[in-house]
This record gives sequence, C-alpha cells and structure tokens, in this order.
Amino acid sequence: MALNFLSLPDIPPRLRPKLVRGPRIPPVLRDLARAFGDSVRDLTPIVSVIAFFQILVLGQAPDDFLTILAGMLCVAAGLTLFVAGLEMALFPLGESMANGFVHKGSLSALIAFAFALGFGTTVAEPALIAVCAEAARAAAVAGVIADDPAAIARYALELRFVVAFAVGIAIVIGVTRILMGWPIHWLIIGGYALVVVMTTLAPREIISIAYDSGAVTTSTITVPMVTALGVGLASSIRGRNPMLDGFGLIAFASLTPMIFVMGYGMATN
Amino acid sequence: MDWAGLIFSTFFGTLRDVFPIVLVVVVFQFLVLRRGLANPARVLTGFVFVVLGIVLFLIGLETAIFPLGRGMAEQLITQAISGVNGDGWLRYGWIYLFAFAIGFSTTMAEPSLIAVAGKAGDISGGSVGVFGLRLAVALGVATGITLGVYRIIHGLPIHWFIIAGYLVVVMLTATAPRKMVPLAYDSGGVTTSTVTVPLVAALGLGLAGAVPGRNPLIDGFGLIAFAAPFAIISVLAYAQLSVTMSRKG
Repeated sequence: MALNFLSLPDIPPRLRPKLVRGPRIPPVLRDLARAFGDSVRDLTPIVSVIAFFQILVLGQAPDDFLTILAGMLCVAAGLTLFVAGLEMALFPLGESMANGFVHKGSLSALIAFAFALGFGTTVAEPALIAVCAEAARAAAVAGVIADDPAAIARYALELRFVVAFAVGIAIVIGVTRILMGWPIHWLIIGGYALVVVMTTLAPREIISIAYDSGAVTTSTITVPMVTALGVGLASSIRGRNPMLDGFGLIAFASLTPMIFVMGYGMATN
Repeated sequence: MDWAGLIFSTFFGTLRDVFPIVLVVVVFQFLVLRRGLANPARVLTGFVFVVLGIVLFLIGLETAIFPLGRGMAEQLITQAISGVNGDGWLRYGWIYLFAFAIGFSTTMAEPSLIAVAGKAGDISGGSVGVFGLRLAVALGVATGITLGVYRIIHGLPIHWFIIAGYLVVVMLTATAPRKMVPLAYDSGGVTTSTVTVPLVAALGLGLAGAVPGRNPLIDGFGLIAFAAPFAIISVLAYAQLSVTMSRKG
C-alpha cells in the first residue's frame, strides 16, 4: 500500500511522535497523489462495467455526463482521504488502545471496551437500520406481527438491538480467543454448524433476513478499528502471532448476528 | 441535482455514524486508560480525513454510480422478463453477466476491504499480496452474487446454497495454510459494505419483484449473504494456490 511513511509497524507507539514530527508537508502531498492514483485504479472496474452495460447492452449514453464525472471525482478523492486517514488515525489509535489495555492488565476494562465497540458502532449503522425496517415490513406481511405502524416500528427496533448485542458479544468472543490463543476454525465452524441447525428450526421468513444481517453489520469505520484492535492485541501479548491471532474479529461479527436473529425469530414466533 | 441538500444530509449522516465510535474511544482512552493520545494533532487530522473521505465517497456514489446502477438493473430485468433475449439461459444471460460484473467491480472499490488487505500486507511483511487478495475476494463475491441471482430466478431455498458454501469452507480450512485462515474468514465479513450492498440489494429486490412467482419480501433478501462464503472460499483457494506455486517455483 502507498503511504508507507505513515505506517511505522515495528516502532513502539510511544516512540512514534518523535519520528513523525518535523517538516512533512511535501511527502504528505506526494503520497496523497500516489494514493489518488491507487483510488483511480480501484474504481476503474466499476466505471468499465457501467460504461459497458450502459452503452453496449442498453444502447444509451448517460444523460448528464458532467454530473457523473464530478461524482466520480468525489468518489476517487473520498477514497484517497479515507485511506490516508486510516493510516494516520484509525490504525494507530486502535493499536495503541489495544496496547494500553494489555499494559493496564485489566481484563474487565478490555472486555467492556470490546463490547462497547461492537454494540455502539452497530446500533447506529444506517445499512442495519434499513434492513431492519424492511424486515419488519416483511414480518407484518407474513403475519408474524400485527400489521400496524407501532408494531412494525417496535419489531424493527428490537431486531436492531438484537443484532447490535450480537456484534458486541462477537467482539468479546473474538478478543477472548486472542487472549487465550484458541484456534479460530473450531469456533467459526462450530458457529456455522449452529447456524445450520437453527436454520432447520427457525421460521422461514426470518432466515434470509438473519443471513443478510450478518453481512451488513460491519461498517467502513468499524472494520479498521476492530482490525487494529485485534492486530494490536496479538502484537502486544507474548506468544501471539498478529497474522494467526490478530485477524478474525470481523468473522465473529458476521456470524453471531445470524444466530441471534434466528433465535429472536424462534422466540417471537 | 440538489448538491447542497445531498452534501448536508450526507455530512450529518456520517457524523451521526462516526459519533458512537468517537464516544467509545474517548470514554475508554481518557476515563479508563487515562492517558493522552501519542500524537493528537496527527490522529485528529486523520479522523477529519476519514470523515471527509467517507462524505465525499458517499456523495460521489449517490450522484454517479448508484442511480446508473439501479437504473441499469431495472432495465436489464425488464428486458429479460419481456423475453427479447431469447429463452432458457439466454433469457437471463445479461442479468447473470451484470451480477458477476457488479459483484466484482464494487468489491474492488470497497474501502473496508482495502483497509483489511492493506493491514494484512503490512503485518505479513509483504508475503500476503494486497492486490492479489482483493482480486481473490472480488472474484469470490462475483461468483456468490451470480449464484444468488440464479437462486432468485429459480426460486430455490437459500440455505441449500449457504450450507453447501460453508461445507466447502470447512473442507478448505483443513488443508489451507493456517496463517491465512483468520484473514480469509475476515474477508467474508468485510466484502459487503458501502458500495456493494445498495447495488446488489436493488438487483435482488428488483428481480424478486419482477420474476413471476417470487415474493420480494421472501426472495429479495439473502443476496448479500451469498457474498461471504464465496469470498472465504476464494481467499482460501488463493492461499492454497500461492503456497503450491511457490513450492514448485
């Protein structure tokens, strides 16, 4: 990845400030320019796909070419800033906090942080709010709940809290795994076995929603923070390998919502 | 195009989205860990970059990509239902190609995947290829979404596909290089986010509403869920392949 000057992986966080202070405006601009080039490359496939289908398959040119061009520039600039901000803020912050918890040695504080990070970032997630609202409408049509606005709103809110709680629990399980050094595949495979068993028992309307809720929970800011937490913990604890133990938190966050939402569907049925 | 309204609503929407994270970080950093930031100015600048970046990214998607993508999904579905493309496989041929292409191209532009792949490249000391990893994930998502579209068109139960997918994941886990397994599982979760979900959901709901005999409320959901297992499969396969290749070479 570009922006190498911003990531100093092998230097302990308390030594970093000295190294990054100093005249750094020119390299920032140079690296932003390089990151912009990367963003353009990352966006080329989607532009080609849209152009291909628009012009060759549907045989029409887009109406407002200038608006689209301005929009594409916004997307590329936004992606560039986001990637730069990741390396400057989210990754170092997540890792230094993980390191702080290990040095403080308080297990309960770490567990509380893990839960708050998972729950807090999920409960306000727009994609989740949208899916829950759709799901509540589906449930009303299927006759699971009464077909009036109050019942629908209540069902959507409950579903949102169920998913947010599930993600909180997921990060707690994932952090516990890193601390104990358990291999990830038994937990994940066991979890999916549970999903399979629950699929046969849960009401049919809830199954697709449960599966989708697992996929929409991890947002653009949550993912880097949670990844940095895992990698930071695994690097701070002796005997843990960042590659082997640091990743996997996101995997739990996509698994537990399926289990909890199907459980919720079975409980309310 | 109401730029002012769009900028305003996107900006405040993003702030509302970022607020819980800032709250959790501030509470734990200053009240529980009780220590200042190592480099407050840089972290603050970075945070501003992240927020501005997401705002610009979303504004761009809303003006340039989403309206075109949704419109194309609708038109392709109308064409297919009317049967102008022929019968059998041909009837939905463009839809399958569109599903594959959209799955692939939106995943390549997904910011969370860029973040995770970059981190993996960093801490593996370069032994995990960042671009190769993202390519593998994108191909997996494309395959998953295409199969998901097949399921909606033919009205098959979703859990057959998902369970079969995870059975393959279990088998590949047993043989894949151990260090790649957690990363592969994570790739399943990060593939579907800002760019992929709105376009794929529009395709799924549109198809389920248009294909005779499908109920959008039951068949329209679940298309996103196809992305995860297939992304995991393709990353595990990619890991296996790179190990095999390096042994031979």
